[in-house]
Amino acid sequence: MMMVDITIIGAGITGSLIAYDLSRFDLKVLVLEKENDVAEGATGANSAMVHSGHDPKPGTLKCRYNLLGNRMYPDLCRQLKVPYVPIGAYVAATSAEEEVKIAELVRQCEERKVPFEVLDGDEARKIEPNLSDNVTKVLSLPTTGIISPYETTIAAMEEAILNGVELKLGYEVKNIRQDDEGFIINGEISTKVLVNCAGAHCDEITSMLRESPYKVETRKGEYFVLDHLDGSYVNHVIYPVPSVKGKGVLAIPTVHGNVMLGPNSDYCEDKEDDATGSGLDLIRREILKTVKNVPFHKLIHTFAGLRPHIDLNDFYIQEDDQIENFIHVAGIESPGLSAAPAIAKDVVENMIMPKFPECRVKDEYIHRNPFIRMDEMSFEEKQELIGKDPTFGKIVCRCEEISEGQIRDVIRRKCGATTIKGVKMRCRPGMGRCQGGFCEPEVVKILAEELGKTASEITLDRNGSKVCVSAAKEDL
Amino acid sequence: MERHQLLIIGGGSAGIAAALGAFEGGLRDILIIERESEYGGILQQCIHNGFGLHTFNEELSGPAYAERYYDLIKDNECIKFMYDTAVIGIEDHTLTVSGKQGLKKIEGDAIVVATGCRERPAGAIGLKGNRCEGVYTAGTAQKYLNKEGFLVGKKVFILGSGDIGLIMARRMTLEGAKVIGVAELQPYSNGLARNIKQCLEDFDIPLYLSHTVEAVHGDSRLESITLIEVDDKLQKIEGSEQEIACDCLLLSVGLIPENTLIERLGVKLDPRTKGAVIDDTYMTSIDGIFACGNALHVHDLVDYVSEEGKKAGKAAAEYVQGIRKQSELIRNVTGDGVSYMIPQSFHKGEDLEFMFRVNRVFKDCSIHISGQGLDKLIRKPGIVPSEMQKVKLKKEELEKLEGELKWEVIA
Repeated sequence: MMMVDITIIGAGITGSLIAYDLSRFDLKVLVLEKENDVAEGATGANSAMVHSGHDPKPGTLKCRYNLLGNRMYPDLCRQLKVPYVPIGAYVAATSAEEEVKIAELVRQCEERKVPFEVLDGDEARKIEPNLSDNVTKVLSLPTTGIISPYETTIAAMEEAILNGVELKLGYEVKNIRQDDEGFIINGEISTKVLVNCAGAHCDEITSMLRESPYKVETRKGEYFVLDHLDGSYVNHVIYPVPSVKGKGVLAIPTVHGNVMLGPNSDYCEDKEDDATGSGLDLIRREILKTVKNVPFHKLIHTFAGLRPHIDLNDFYIQEDDQIENFIHVAGIESPGLSAAPAIAKDVVENMIMPKFPECRVKDEYIHRNPFIRMDEMSFEEKQELIGKDPTFGKIVCRCEEISEGQIRDVIRRKCGATTIKGVKMRCRPGMGRCQGGFCEPEVVKILAEELGKTASEITLDRNGSKVCVSAAKEDL
Repeated sequence: MERHQLLIIGGGSAGIAAALGAFEGGLRDILIIERESEYGGILQQCIHNGFGLHTFNEELSGPAYAERYYDLIKDNECIKFMYDTAVIGIEDHTLTVSGKQGLKKIEGDAIVVATGCRERPAGAIGLKGNRCEGVYTAGTAQKYLNKEGFLVGKKVFILGSGDIGLIMARRMTLEGAKVIGVAELQPYSNGLARNIKQCLEDFDIPLYLSHTVEAVHGDSRLESITLIEVDDKLQKIEGSEQEIACDCLLLSVGLIPENTLIERLGVKLDPRTKGAVIDDTYMTSIDGIFACGNALHVHDLVDYVSEEGKKAGKAAAEYVQGIRKQSELIRNVTGDGVSYMIPQSFHKGEDLEFMFRVNRVFKDCSIHISGQGLDKLIRKPGIVPSEMQKVKLKKEELEKLEGELKWEVIA
């Protein structure tokens, strides 16, 4: 029997940040993740932005944590050494009715102390020339940021592991029972505190212990990804005015210079369904409401993400009302990413640590080294790096200009890549305009070498997603 | 700083030919920069026969064709190769290159861009469905099979009838996979006629014209695709969907000239070819930067790539030696039926060869070339978009021309 103090189920952004916050303390922390990497669920496929907090309904947990999270991100990303860009957002109104809604949002901003500015359409178009000619008024939200959700999660987990947290990947929780010490997971892990960060599967986990007070329904959001452009297409996140249907279709610059268009929002029965479909057609139409000259010829990728929505219409973050030491972090849909650091802080400081009153902060704390970003280095810095390790001179991914050395580095780290997708998320080969057409065979070879496997064992992400189906001529 | 008369980016068929052309044009200090550890570019993974019929009167494999060409320059001390080196920056005529020895800046009196092309990936066509493993561009599957020795699928469906897709239908069949069919959105094939015959018909692989793949399905690995028929406006016909079980979908839906590097430099690109806008000397909108091969526009045959590379190399040699064409530039204008023209503009004073593609299938048609002082009609039994057209105009024909030259195809 493995004995731990705290077990976190789910290695998305909230689970990983909780693990990261806990890693400062002298506690035995375990994270269980059913996929082969962290950030595989909702964390890996969303709008990749930190909302200012102007939009959530007053009085909700979504509102409270979003506002706090927005303030925490710049420091968090600095500490984790991952990108954060305070890019700002424009909420673009195109009619008198929408201008009324802007006025409502302005009141909300004032109440919440969210910085804002109101511009008329022409003023806004001077700064943002691709804003639609129909836009009459704009609410500018300078505290909106963009991040890389998976890099943030990976970095948080890497640092957590460096400081003693244990991560089990490919580990599915099948049953949980209570005992005198706390909980027994799958009959082999004993934990005092259990934190449910299982995203779309939160209700299933809860049902292993009691009747779940909430039911998770997944909602699918689809996105287009455009290649880097010579200039930038938009310099802010562009929102339409929110409606009863939700935030609408956005144009979102990414921290790596791409632009995403999306999402739509569709109820989706299958909690693992990552398929794109008719949502893409809707996005093509809806995006034109706020922007023009959309460079669809620069389209390189589409994806869909599932947001775990619970029927209580808010986050559900609290210790269970019947089972002591069982903590719910459920329903983390939008603005979940924006809220995650604040959720983690609250859960750790106010729900978990009071259960360990004797526990102290560790004397030593290890900081992770940042991912090696050669695109941000000067000629001399690159030269020095290649001098120390020549593999940094060998470009493997031509589109994003990623070297062999960078790929080997992300595999060798704690919470390192073990799959093609894992490498892509950490250092971007396959994220560019050829989508891995040229470099994927090279990445497979490097993964096989580093992991001591054969190329035929390398997978895209899940078990069974092998590239190689058989050796040539095997069936002849 | 290291300096050469001519820098050639890419050591594939276009780059090698450009080096040869530049040497023949009088240059004695030529450097080819190649990212791989061998010459030949994409030819090295094209192990099927059919290369070189025009140039060598033989049907060679890709590597053999590359070797033939390489043999013409390998003992030439004026042409040097720099292998395992990627060009990561360009500023005026100075390249920043990266290799295991480190970074280096190299200056050239002129630069020839011979960087080839890339395949259009699934994301670029907005392919719907799951993000499972099993969807590859045909060229990537070719690399896995011919260079790494493994099959990326055993029950294969192919979207797009581009030549690489057709070649892979045959290759994978010969290696033990079952190719279920090939879907083509257009009502005509996009590959060479000989490839339809030799790669599909000879193996009883069905070609579904006016069909496309609506979506891909699968959990970890591809399990099936939805095939759908389209009408004459390429709109999907509801109710015509059929689910086809397969573990692999290959995409052969277009090639895009690779110009990221010179795009950053501000070289003007043609939105139709996706390659540089050039004049008859293959010079781009930036002085001393030349382009040729598949980086300029996608070719049908490697023979044409080599031919073009040689001309571009020769033109670059003239440029380095200070020879400039003085006469005014005449613009080529595309009219009905013509999707693009190479070159986009030209100088009078020499016999010239023009290349273009049609934007639809023509039967029994004429190429109409017209401008002030020139009006010419060339009868053709038929022209298809997949076959590049070449038209030579004599110096004398062009002599009286003024203004611009319009190209159209009349049914």
